[in-house]
Amino acid sequence: MGKLLLACVAVVLAPIVGGLIAGLDRKLTAWLQSRYGPPILQPFYDVLKLFGKSPMLVNPWQILSVWVYLVSSMLTVFLFFLGSDLLLMFFVLTIGAVFFVMGALSTESPYSQVGAQRELVAMLTYEPLIILVFVAIAMVTGSFKVSEVFTWAAASGKPLLYQLPLMFVVLGYALTIKLRKSPFDISACHHAHQEIVRGVLTEYSGPQLAMIEIAHWYDVVFMLGLCALFWTTSLWGMLILLAATYFAELILDNVTARMTYKWMLKSVWCWGLALSVLNLLWLYAG
Amino acid sequence: MGMLKDWINKGRLKSPWIVHFDCGSCNGCDIEVLACLTPIYDVERFGIINIGDPKHADVLLVTGTVNHRNKHVLKNIYDQMPEPKAVIAMGACGLTGGVFRDAYNVVGGVDKVIPVDVYVRGCPPKPEAIIDGVVLALAKVKAVLEAAG
Repeated sequence: MGKLLLACVAVVLAPIVGGLIAGLDRKLTAWLQSRYGPPILQPFYDVLKLFGKSPMLVNPWQILSVWVYLVSSMLTVFLFFLGSDLLLMFFVLTIGAVFFVMGALSTESPYSQVGAQRELVAMLTYEPLIILVFVAIAMVTGSFKVSEVFTWAAASGKPLLYQLPLMFVVLGYALTIKLRKSPFDISACHHAHQEIVRGVLTEYSGPQLAMIEIAHWYDVVFMLGLCALFWTTSLWGMLILLAATYFAELILDNVTARMTYKWMLKSVWCWGLALSVLNLLWLYAG
Repeated sequence: MGMLKDWINKGRLKSPWIVHFDCGSCNGCDIEVLACLTPIYDVERFGIINIGDPKHADVLLVTGTVNHRNKHVLKNIYDQMPEPKAVIAMGACGLTGGVFRDAYNVVGGVDKVIPVDVYVRGCPPKPEAIIDGVVLALAKVKAVLEAAG
């Protein structure tokens, strides 16, 4: 019962936390670029404004896609805080991501089409890595359940990061792609001016775009939740790990340029697989 | 519902996303538009983003003279923007056609094709004037919203 309550509270609070993270993100990015930057609450203003815009739909498919994306992202966060199965969350997350792409593919705009194809390649790139991370967690803790990670860490008295340092880097790759940060922001860029305009987001507008933004906040909270699993022994340790990880993402976003999907697929799979195998071997030997 | 409406209206005033259309300008105005994004002026402070997609935009910023070819493009971009929206015409050419107003292929200012809310003078206008123009456009949007209740 307590878990159910926690999960419900998390679903309500996640968009608020996600929006604040997005606001901090923009403020820190501005700081890194010697600018003043927008207020921390800016993402909330943006979303509220988008809800107030008149809808401009290309086809009814877009509504369905956006709703499925939002609901599945909410469900992922719900399952996570319920302490449920990691693989189940992965499948729910994938359903949302696929519908998001399908909505973009249902329109005729070439920008949207190209963006959707690139989003599919991005999914293809990060999904094996997330599965590998889950498998590694299961090999250490003996279960795919989130609650078991906490039990294991409490029993052994050390965080998961000591056992899986390289898997954390692999998760970092997946996080960067999921956050659409450079060099992997190929399907849609925050900074609006790229060769395919807004990519996969081009044909979504008004309330639909606002819902996508909220679903993205849920995704960010979920991905950061996954990172948090690597340090469950103390709250401060967890917060410091998350802050350091996110700040590293921002630095990476600001010092790199967007690369091509081929480069992304090659480099992320090579490094991701190599690091995973190394970590798993070390786990066996150790 | 009243509170939600207030919040949405606040969001509208705090988050104007701009789509910039070069209607055959000499690029003088366009460079000044881009100057607004630099650390010196940093329009993102006010939530202003220079966005490439008219479907996401709230404000249409037009530079340059309108001619018989690109007037259709201008109208098309304007029609693709969801309500509520505002239009800013910028620079001498955008206002009246400028020195090209008597040319055989020139229609004239932006307001010959679409309704314009704010005119920003200059050849080219300073970045400060452009930012001021956006603020004026927002004030106009606010007045419309308040009149609508």
